[in-house]
Amino acid sequence: MNTQLSPEMTTAPAGAGKRTTIAISNLNFFYGKTQSLTNVNLNIHERQVTAFIGPSGCGKSTLLRTLNRMYDLYPGQRAEGSIMYRGRNILDAGQDLNMLRAKIGMVFQKPTPFPMSIYDNIAFGVRLYEDLSKGEMDERVEWALKKAALWGEVKDKLTKSGLSLSGGQQQRLCIARGVAVKPDVLLLDEPTSALDPISTSKVEELISELKQDYTIAIVTHNMQQAARCSDYTAYMYLGELVEFGETDQIFMNPARKETQDYITGRFG
Amino acid sequence: MIGEHSSKQYDNELEAIRSKVLLMGGIVETQFLDAMTCFRIGNPERADRVMREDDTVNQLEVSLDDACSHLIVRRQPAANDLRTIMATIKVITDLERIGDEATKIARTAKALHSRGTATVNHYEMVRNIANNTSDMLHDALDAFARNDGVQALKLIAQDAVIDHEFRSIMRNLITFMMEDPRTISAALDTLWVAKAIERIGDHAKNIAEYVIYVVEGKDIRHTKSVPAIEDNIEPA
Repeated sequence: MNTQLSPEMTTAPAGAGKRTTIAISNLNFFYGKTQSLTNVNLNIHERQVTAFIGPSGCGKSTLLRTLNRMYDLYPGQRAEGSIMYRGRNILDAGQDLNMLRAKIGMVFQKPTPFPMSIYDNIAFGVRLYEDLSKGEMDERVEWALKKAALWGEVKDKLTKSGLSLSGGQQQRLCIARGVAVKPDVLLLDEPTSALDPISTSKVEELISELKQDYTIAIVTHNMQQAARCSDYTAYMYLGELVEFGETDQIFMNPARKETQDYITGRFG
Repeated sequence: MIGEHSSKQYDNELEAIRSKVLLMGGIVETQFLDAMTCFRIGNPERADRVMREDDTVNQLEVSLDDACSHLIVRRQPAANDLRTIMATIKVITDLERIGDEATKIARTAKALHSRGTATVNHYEMVRNIANNTSDMLHDALDAFARNDGVQALKLIAQDAVIDHEFRSIMRNLITFMMEDPRTISAALDTLWVAKAIERIGDHAKNIAEYVIYVVEGKDIRHTKSVPAIEDNIEPA
């Protein structure tokens, strides 16, 4: 008696039919002699949110940092393999890193506003890449703050210091700063881990708004956050990509036992 | 359960829910067997006990529903844990309805025997379907307890046999009633009982489908995903 389920019950590969913004293949990463990413292969899809989950030290932040060559700022760190973005390998020596980081922006775990006015926090990055008139710059600042759902709260105090804002507002200011230079991709490295639940839900709401225009990759320790706001989820462990798939599938019916153990709290 | 959670308390909560479902399953299984005994030999005390047990089953459904909501809100279960809880919520609904059907059988049996209209062969008419359904219910609960997807898949095909038996009983009873209208009362009672048994088979099939959902993560309700098996089963 055949007791197998029929073949049409099997699912298609994750992201089939979606456009790829960043294609990572055979990526290896080294901190000096220590290898912290091993043979990672993954496509990040256009205008979708991709979440990276996994225990501390699994390489998810490292992976995010390779996507805009942030690791270049530190000696002894190197990446091998290829990360294709707009037809070029991000890891190639000849990359214009400033332009790359304008196109692939990053927001960090702790809010990092510059010690200057709210207005200048936004305008600072824009001035590096574009020569705008005062009026155009005003419009850009307003546009970015609106995108980051912060305009209503700060429009009357644009000259006040960015540091005077609350933690949640500071983080949204950093997101506005990233958005202001009109990037393609936003990398968010645990963007809400230092925020209270209300600020967290505002940032999560923002993520779902921003994905209309941008490709987003987010690293989070909060699995419910990954489940709530991502379209795709990648589970990493010990520098390897264990499983990548649509978020619903990863959280309802992961293919790998390791993934299931982690997301159900059977880890450790 | 596969592996243990980092939180022992979480394991205990899941295990408590699971044990209670199996307890509930045991009660409805006994209800069904007792109800069939009443139908066979008439035993009003036993019929009353079946009806009283229905309250216990209803209470278990309410408390299990509550335990599942609490677990969802406190633990946010994912993957196989989530599927287990989702399936549990549905399984207990089916178990409660099996309890209702058993109660119906007990009530009909009591009425049939108290009127003294029992016919010689009224139990023989449903003996096969009752035995098959009883086995099916037992195996469905067993598959749920052991997370056995293969056994569950076999049970789904088994339901087709029970449905076939029901149709055959109905044809037989119609023949009896046409031949001798004095049998109509007993024949109708027998038909209600056969229908209740057939419904219990449907509920057991549902339980088997939830087991497959827990094990495989695939929802096969209202699909034709097991035609190969159904075709291979000879109608009884």
